[in-house]
Parts: sequence; C-alpha cells; structure tokens
Amino acid sequence: MGIRARGDLLATRLHEAIRRNEGVDVPLGSLDITLYRDDLTRIGHAPVVRESVIPFSVDDRIVVLVDDVLFTGRTIRAAMDALVDYGRPRAIRLAVLVDRGHRELPIRADFVGKNVPTAVTDDVRVQLVETGGKDEVELVPAGVTV
Amino acid sequence: MTWQRRHVLATDDWSRDEIEQVLETTSAMVEILGRPIRRTPALRGRTVILFFAESSTRTRVSFELAAKALSADVTNITASGSSVEKGETLLDTVRTLTALGGDVIVMRHAASGAPYFVAERTDAAVINAGDGWHAHPTQGLLDAYTLRAALGDLSGKRIVIVGDITHSRVARSDIDALVPLGASITLSGPPTLVPSAWRCGTTPRGTTFEPDLDRALDGADAVIALRLQKERQHAGLLPSIREYARTWGLSEARVARMRPDAPVLHPGPMNEGVEIAASVAHGARSLIETQVTNGVAVRMALLYLLAGTPEARES
Repeated sequence: MGIRARGDLLATRLHEAIRRNEGVDVPLGSLDITLYRDDLTRIGHAPVVRESVIPFSVDDRIVVLVDDVLFTGRTIRAAMDALVDYGRPRAIRLAVLVDRGHRELPIRADFVGKNVPTAVTDDVRVQLVETGGKDEVELVPAGVTV
Repeated sequence: MTWQRRHVLATDDWSRDEIEQVLETTSAMVEILGRPIRRTPALRGRTVILFFAESSTRTRVSFELAAKALSADVTNITASGSSVEKGETLLDTVRTLTALGGDVIVMRHAASGAPYFVAERTDAAVINAGDGWHAHPTQGLLDAYTLRAALGDLSGKRIVIVGDITHSRVARSDIDALVPLGASITLSGPPTLVPSAWRCGTTPRGTTFEPDLDRALDGADAVIALRLQKERQHAGLLPSIREYARTWGLSEARVARMRPDAPVLHPGPMNEGVEIAASVAHGARSLIETQVTNGVAVRMALLYLLAGTPEARES
C-alpha cells in the first residue's frame, strides 16, 4: 500500500519486483492521507486531496505501507488511521526508502532501504524516474538552495 | 494551484481552474463515501452552521452529511421555530451566528443576494445553498461533476436545460459551472418562463434558446429538467399543468431524440408526470440518484477547501 504522492510509485515498483522474482501478484493499493493529517489547521492552504485506490479488502491481510522518507512519523500515523477506516488488517508493516530519524511518534519501520543520519533542519529530497527526474536521493543541508 | 476563495456565493466569476480543482477534490470525496467507514478527521474541531431561512430537506441533509463525513460539528438553524420567525433581522442573525463561532455558514435564503450581505459581515466562510432566483452554486458544481463522470470531457458537448428558466437558480448555476468547462447549453421552456432578453436573442455566453423542446433535444448529449413550481400556473404564466407536461415534459419518446444513452438529470424534488415521466426518472438514462450521492461529495470538497483558507482559520 503506497502512500501518495511518492510512496505509491515505490509500492508499484515493489509490486512489479515481487511479481517478476516470486511470480506472486500481491494486491496493490495507494492511500491518500491528506484528510488525516494532524497539521491541517496549521498549514496555509487546503492541500490537494487525491483519490485513494484500494481495489481489495484489507480485512485480515498483512498490509505493508510504503513511503519514500520516514521522518517525524506523523505521515505514518495518518496512514494507519486512514487504513483502519477501510477495515481491520491482520497486521500493518512499514517499508521506507530512507529513514532519516527524528521521530516525533513511537513509530519504526520494518523494512528500510537506507538509514541516513540527518540534522532535523536538513532537507531530504527524493526524485524518481516516474516523476520526471532520475532516481536520486539528495541530502540538502539547511540553508543551501539547489 | 492553491485555493484562494473564502466564500462560495456563485460560480459566475470562477475560472475553469477553480472549477476543475473542486471537481478533482470531489472525486477524492466520492471515494471516501464508498468506504465502509464514511468519515475522515479533516475538519475536526470546526463548526459548520446550517442556516436555512427557506425550507429545504435534501440540500440541508446533504450539507449535514458532508460536514459530518469530515468530522465537523454541525448546528442547524431553520427559519421556522427560530428567532427569524420572531422578527430578528438578517443582520442580527448574522451577528449571532458569528458570535456563536461558526467557521463555515451554509445558508439558504429567499432573497437573491442575501449570502453576499452575510459574507461581508462575518469572519466565517459563507456557502450559498440557494438564494432566491439567483444562484445555487453547489447544485451547478454537482451537475458538472455528474455530467463529467458520465460524458468525459465536456468540450463540445451540448446540454439541454428545460423548464422554468426565469425562476431557476439551478439553471443559472448550471450555466455558470458547465460553460467554463467547454459545454454548450441549449435552454428550452415556455416563453413566459424564460427571461425576455434571453428569449429575444441575448443569451448568456455559451448558451442558446430553442423554444421547440424536440428540436432542442435532437442529438443532445444530456438534458437537465427543472422542477416546475405549481404556483406559476396561478401567476398566469402557464395555461395548465397538463399542457406543460405535454409540451415540456420529458417523455420516453422525447429523451430518445438525444444521443444513445445520453443521461437525464433533475435537481429534485421531482414532480413525476409533470416535468419528467416516471419511466424516465427511474429509467436507464437517469442519473438523478447519482446526483444526490455526488452532491454530498461536492459539498465535502467545498467545506474542505474553504476551511483551509487562512482567513477562515484566523476567525
């Protein structure tokens, strides 16, 4: 289950890799968590809400949430809240491309592409071929503009 | 694009991008309404006041469900049984509503322009749920959403609106929502119930008037039937309801003049057998029930977008 806007692209890649290597077609969905954010009343304008696409029942399944960067953990908190509105998964796991630390909630990832030590003010930018760039993770220290 | 508007009063000055943004947000809301748990926490802690100074069931319930699906608190104020009936002025009512701390005021009023009056005098965001003959923007947007879901891109599509155009805020808001999306509109109805300027050749941009309903429907992509208010007959604008049904009612034979599968819409509540035959209202072409579902989603989208604007938050 990919979290929009970049986790769903990574989830699609994982889905494809599992199908190619294991011959298993794992159900694939994407989750928009905008309406579950805990900072809706703090940010300036209503962020764009997109459609969640979950063409299967999550009941009694092990659902792996996929996101690009794990930071404060608030996105994952929102994603778990959103997910349980669809049913009662047997378990929820978390896979991320980059774990940059600085959690604000008791959340950890089950599958991590790479742990990257960062300062809290650093910017971690993920680009993917699907979004028109190349596959790249960039660590931009605070105050540097690229 | 970030949402900038603070109120939804009418869509006559909206850009295509703004309408598109509402429709895109609406499709996300439609998905939420299809879930086992039809509720998200987005507007938790916000208060939506439903102020209906003119009777309404479906629009009020639609707004109420929309607000609740976003976890907002909802308060109802109706004209009957409230201070409005005791002679309170609109201005005093507005002051009270503002003092009550509403973040969004959804209002319906018999006087055209009343929501503008309110919007200038409150910190809350105002959504017009119908003002007199003027506008009913959420209906226009939900019809646009419904038609787009059924027909795809509306560029070059021809949509017929038939009935009492003069007294219809739905017709005006449909025009304001559909024309910017590229649709052309053919208006049809009894000449006594079409504004004289429109009937004499000066129609709004993107619309034409065709007094013969059969000709209007020939090859059309969709039709929206308006509700006929029976009091129009007493006002001398119609010879009889039966004659109206025969000349302007959507019968099976009439809707068959449109393109195959061209949908039929109606804002409700329907007078079956008057402006629409029961077999058409409940037939394969009818999107009338879909309109009701989409109505909740459109209102969710607007509540969400308005509650996120900075001015609304500061209040």
